[in-house]
Amino acid sequence: MSSKIDTSWLRESATFSKPVIREIQRAAREGIYDIRGAGAKRTIPTFDDLLFLGASMSRYPLEGYREKCETTVTLGTRFAKKPITISTPITIAGMSFGALSAQAKEALGRGATEVGTSTTTGDGGMTPEERGHSKLLVYQYLPSRYGMNPDDLRKADAIEVVVGQGAKPGGGGMLLGQKISDRVAEMRNLPKGIDQRSACRHPDWTGPDDLEIKVQELREITDWQVPIYIKVGATRTFFDVQLAVKAGADVVVVDGMQGGTAATQDVFIEHVGIPTLPATRLAVDALKDLGMHREVQLIVSGGIRSGADVAKALAMGADAVSIGTAALIAMGDNAPEHEQEYNDLGTTAGFYDDWQDGRDPSGISTQDPDLGERLDPELAGRRVANYLRCLTLETQTLARAAGKTNVRNLEPQDMVALTIEASAMARIPLAGTDWIPGFSGKF
Amino acid sequence: MREFDLQNAEVRLLNQALHGSDLAGQSIEVVNPGGKHNVAAGAQFETQVDIRGHVGYYCAGMNQNARITVHGNAGPGLAENMMSGSVTVKGNASQYCGATAHGGLLIVEGDAAARCGISMKGVDIVVGGSIGHMSAFMAQSGRLVICGDAGESLGDSIYEARIYLRGEPTSLGTDCIEKPMETEHIEELKDLLNKAGIKHDPAEFKRYGSARKLYNFQVDNVGAY
Repeated sequence: MSSKIDTSWLRESATFSKPVIREIQRAAREGIYDIRGAGAKRTIPTFDDLLFLGASMSRYPLEGYREKCETTVTLGTRFAKKPITISTPITIAGMSFGALSAQAKEALGRGATEVGTSTTTGDGGMTPEERGHSKLLVYQYLPSRYGMNPDDLRKADAIEVVVGQGAKPGGGGMLLGQKISDRVAEMRNLPKGIDQRSACRHPDWTGPDDLEIKVQELREITDWQVPIYIKVGATRTFFDVQLAVKAGADVVVVDGMQGGTAATQDVFIEHVGIPTLPATRLAVDALKDLGMHREVQLIVSGGIRSGADVAKALAMGADAVSIGTAALIAMGDNAPEHEQEYNDLGTTAGFYDDWQDGRDPSGISTQDPDLGERLDPELAGRRVANYLRCLTLETQTLARAAGKTNVRNLEPQDMVALTIEASAMARIPLAGTDWIPGFSGKF
Repeated sequence: MREFDLQNAEVRLLNQALHGSDLAGQSIEVVNPGGKHNVAAGAQFETQVDIRGHVGYYCAGMNQNARITVHGNAGPGLAENMMSGSVTVKGNASQYCGATAHGGLLIVEGDAAARCGISMKGVDIVVGGSIGHMSAFMAQSGRLVICGDAGESLGDSIYEARIYLRGEPTSLGTDCIEKPMETEHIEELKDLLNKAGIKHDPAEFKRYGSARKLYNFQVDNVGAY
């Protein structure tokens, strides 16, 4: 029944907005913080605040659809005997079996393999479906060590030591009991149905000096064959990247605060860490400062959605990017075909973020067998592949417009910033000026 | 018998050999370990490895099947994530020995430092002496036997692992409680002590484990953390 009162003149408080009032009421009712999935929702400077200049009098563009623009990237060239080569500079980020259904993990492997890139395990170990359908699989080495074993370690094409995650740097995780099926419980060596804590720090090392020895141990166990990545959540990025290099990383992965999670406190997601934009610049600075840029490869992640994001990250100096949330959406997360069920869960398509609950109508962030069956791994894998191809084409389009025969030849000088904040964070001049706030050196 | 002298040879050479089947069933003697790290990491086959001296970090990490004896002391992370086989230390072990280990038997004849058996996932650990603080933190399964005393917060946030303690804990961690010693526990403990070659009367031990009150998060329990 519509209100008979004229509310058009009412002024909403900027401090106590409707969502804020709703959250206070929820907290008063439930007595506990809100836990949800996905990444930061707040407005922050992003790659959208940068623009490419394109070719002009002083730049010579490449012909679209005709002249080649290389997208292949090799990762792990520093120490590994077998670096991995990916056909597109876009990889699939680590997401666990447990957080995601087996069908979703299989689909990610299928999609990544179809376009010649890598996918990544997550907390909970490696499933045969994922290994079987992933030509290139990165095995995460996490604090919980759920499912960790040397046989799977040796089956991996690369190892990613996870120190932190952009959505929750400094935080662990909790896979709620309702997502602990028999299979998940067995893989994690815990009883079915109980909440499973993922530790926030590793159990057997406490700092970068220890980590250096840990990395050597992993190399010894795998006979120095595969690359070792170190992943950090974006915080003190300059120092973290330098310490990761010192610890012996072949590849450093920096995950900005927009990076997704399966289950974390909203207060953590929104208030800890820094955006991907400044983190990328800090990471590149750190590598250049050590003379290791390109020798140690850099992967950035957190809020990558389009080929424009990919191209801008590469132009700032990254070697590749990772996608997580976008890949879930590509598979069918938040699809309008499930609208009625989203409504039943108190939300609507486009806003569903209760990935921790295990009731995902799309069959992706669930362990419910009936819901999981809804996701066709072949179809979802095809969607992931299509999406990755689209991102790659967009990246190439922008690189050709800037006259680059290789997407990694994009450079900061190809871009301008739209806002003062983005200019300062990315160290890219404000459009129409040669001004970078806080920077007095030569651009 | 094959000998590796780590004064002259890299640890890499030893580990590479332990990852191949050529030495399966053989005895390996490692001399002059000199506190080096990652000695005998990732061993895969049923070999007897005797290390004559002290080792650094992560000795016998992720061991599978091998029987490894350190005739000295061991640095941090001894037998971390061990899957099977056995690791014995004649001296003392530093922090996090047996961390996240899934199986096998770890014997520390001396003392073990802090976080012994942290996040253990099925391993059996027998310590002849005492252990440090936060041992068996988030221990998931397996058995931890301590013939001496235990430091602060023993078994904090423990899941289904069982702890047998002969001495006294400085304190118990969150959700860790003393439990009755039934006949099955006496028998289980007797078997573990026998395997470790340590002589004590099982009746002198107390058993500790999870109260299981924190298995599913409830807001009323936040004061426990």
